Amino acid sequence: MHDYHLHLEHITRVEGHGNIVINIKKGQIEELRMDIVESPRFFEAMVLGRNWDEVAHITSRICGICAVTHTTTSLKAIEEALGVVPSEQTIKLRKLMLHGEYIQSHILHLYFLTAPDFFGAKSVFGMLPDHKEMVSRGMRLKKMANELCTLIGGRHVHPCSMVVGGFTAIPEPEKLLASRDRLVEARPDMEATVELFKRLKSPDFHREVEYVSLTHPEEYALYDGPIKSSLNGTTPHYNYLDRVKEYIVPHSTAKHARSIGETYRVGALARLHNNYERLHPKAKEAAEYLGVKPPCHNPFMNNQAQVVEGVHCLEDSIRIIDTLLKEGLREEKLEIKPCEGRGVGVTEAPRGTLFHEHRLDDKGTVTYGNYIIPTAQNLANLEGDLRKFVPEILDRPKEEITLSVEMLVRSYDPCISCASHLMEVEFV
Amino acid sequence: MVLNLEEDLLALAEHVDIVSFREAMTEHSDDYDIVFIEGSITTPSDLKQVKKLRERAKVVVALGACATMGGVNMMKNLIGVDKAKEIVYGDKAHYFESIPTMPIDQAVKVDYYIHGCPIDPDEFLEVTKSILIGRRPRIPNYPVCVECQMKENVCVFDVGKVCLGPITRAGCKAICPTYGHGCEGCRGLVDDPNASSHKNLLTEHGLTVEEAVERYKMFGSGWKFVMETRK
Repeated sequence: MHDYHLHLEHITRVEGHGNIVINIKKGQIEELRMDIVESPRFFEAMVLGRNWDEVAHITSRICGICAVTHTTTSLKAIEEALGVVPSEQTIKLRKLMLHGEYIQSHILHLYFLTAPDFFGAKSVFGMLPDHKEMVSRGMRLKKMANELCTLIGGRHVHPCSMVVGGFTAIPEPEKLLASRDRLVEARPDMEATVELFKRLKSPDFHREVEYVSLTHPEEYALYDGPIKSSLNGTTPHYNYLDRVKEYIVPHSTAKHARSIGETYRVGALARLHNNYERLHPKAKEAAEYLGVKPPCHNPFMNNQAQVVEGVHCLEDSIRIIDTLLKEGLREEKLEIKPCEGRGVGVTEAPRGTLFHEHRLDDKGTVTYGNYIIPTAQNLANLEGDLRKFVPEILDRPKEEITLSVEMLVRSYDPCISCASHLMEVEFV
Repeated sequence: MVLNLEEDLLALAEHVDIVSFREAMTEHSDDYDIVFIEGSITTPSDLKQVKKLRERAKVVVALGACATMGGVNMMKNLIGVDKAKEIVYGDKAHYFESIPTMPIDQAVKVDYYIHGCPIDPDEFLEVTKSILIGRRPRIPNYPVCVECQMKENVCVFDVGKVCLGPITRAGCKAICPTYGHGCEGCRGLVDDPNASSHKNLLTEHGLTVEEAVERYKMFGSGWKFVMETRK
């Protein structure tokens, strides 16, 4: 039987700071955990006493990769608390921003963080000059998505024009049309991405898990909808705490509710599982081609699932722009009166389901903030995967085991700075 | 954000050896000339790490608002570290380490600053190029108002919004007011800001002095005149 010891401090090519500790003696797991060593930032305390019109711009700073999703989720929560209903135009523009963010985030993860492992490189720089075309393609796709967000939101990271009730600036139709052209021009690059991730083979590993995501009767749910579990049905968004129970545990010891309930997983693989039928037809083709059509319980295939979502978001962006141009864009002014209220915003971030709750007093000042982050919800499931996976590969050379462990962690695309509010999850 | 430089990042990589960049690279070396430090100091281990980085590097660059002036994390200092820990972690607060937030230059000497939340990619390139060729980076020392007026933007005060442009350092091309949203002050104060005049401007637009000071707190909790008004 085998011994395997790994103490990987600050795993690389993930967002944020995490350590992996694995101790296996004679084939038995003595210790296995992923420690989050990111410094806690206290956003839920910092928003207290802040004004309703500032909160979304503060929570945007929780993350630079999913800034649009954090902003949008906070805006939805504040709007619910104030009884503000955004217009159809606002919702479409927000969906475009989310699509731009998805393409950016997934492409960054796929090309810069994930691909190097498949090419024996330690970074995107190590993929040059041999794979210059591939790296350039990743950069091009990212840039295109960035420009879409810049047009609508001012910039992708911490979008200036996204506010309660809508947007402080509306894109000009000619510029939106130009964005559409760039999306169409990006199709070959997206198709090449599909081909690339067909070639990059994932380990053949399976573990059946519960998948949680938003769901919607008419669309592939990213912006809105009740919360769906692949095992336990749906819950309205404002009852999110019936589904997700948060516990705080010591900073650096094994921390997940493995003995209390099941672990579950959020993110691209979960969304594909719960909402496959609503994907754009081209995305479904890609899913079949890549072998990630549900049911898929291979966590490594989260990468392929992200490629599928890239295809979907590109095509759906074109569709949304066409609708906006047909309907015409207008400046919209909303009069907002601060009042007391409670609101829950739930949106799908690239990495999974994101929850923001806000409570306001009668002056519209924040009295309570609660943020539950996708990666925090995935950590228990990640450890569960590792517990099954590592014993299966113990007969390999140590370097190969370590690389496979890292690749499994990376396939989750963890966003650790966001998740630095620790949680132990009990699924009801 | 540095990864958002896209092709410019690849071009930059031809002029320098990037030896450590955990988010994008697995390789690591402790032998470096220039270090870019992102984020503010909020724990004892952050402080130790920053001091080590200063010892090893010839040049230290504070990258982004958290590093240059503490960023949004400074709001924690307004509440107090212990109170913040209690609010977020309850009876488990003692498991978590936290010290009052500090920008990098409160712990070590900083040679260059790249402002903003997020940073402006052009400013990153300007500062980096300047370091490489040995000249002073060209960073504005006039307020955002100047850039805003040069773009012939509608002043957001005229449409009933609040803006910190008059006291904030330019260099962002007045991006937020250009998109119809008031400046939030993320690039920090210009040298010698006209704060009292700006407070008058805000109160003329219907805010009480307390409300006006509240507006500064998102990024400016560490600014002296904000801290002084708390007394």
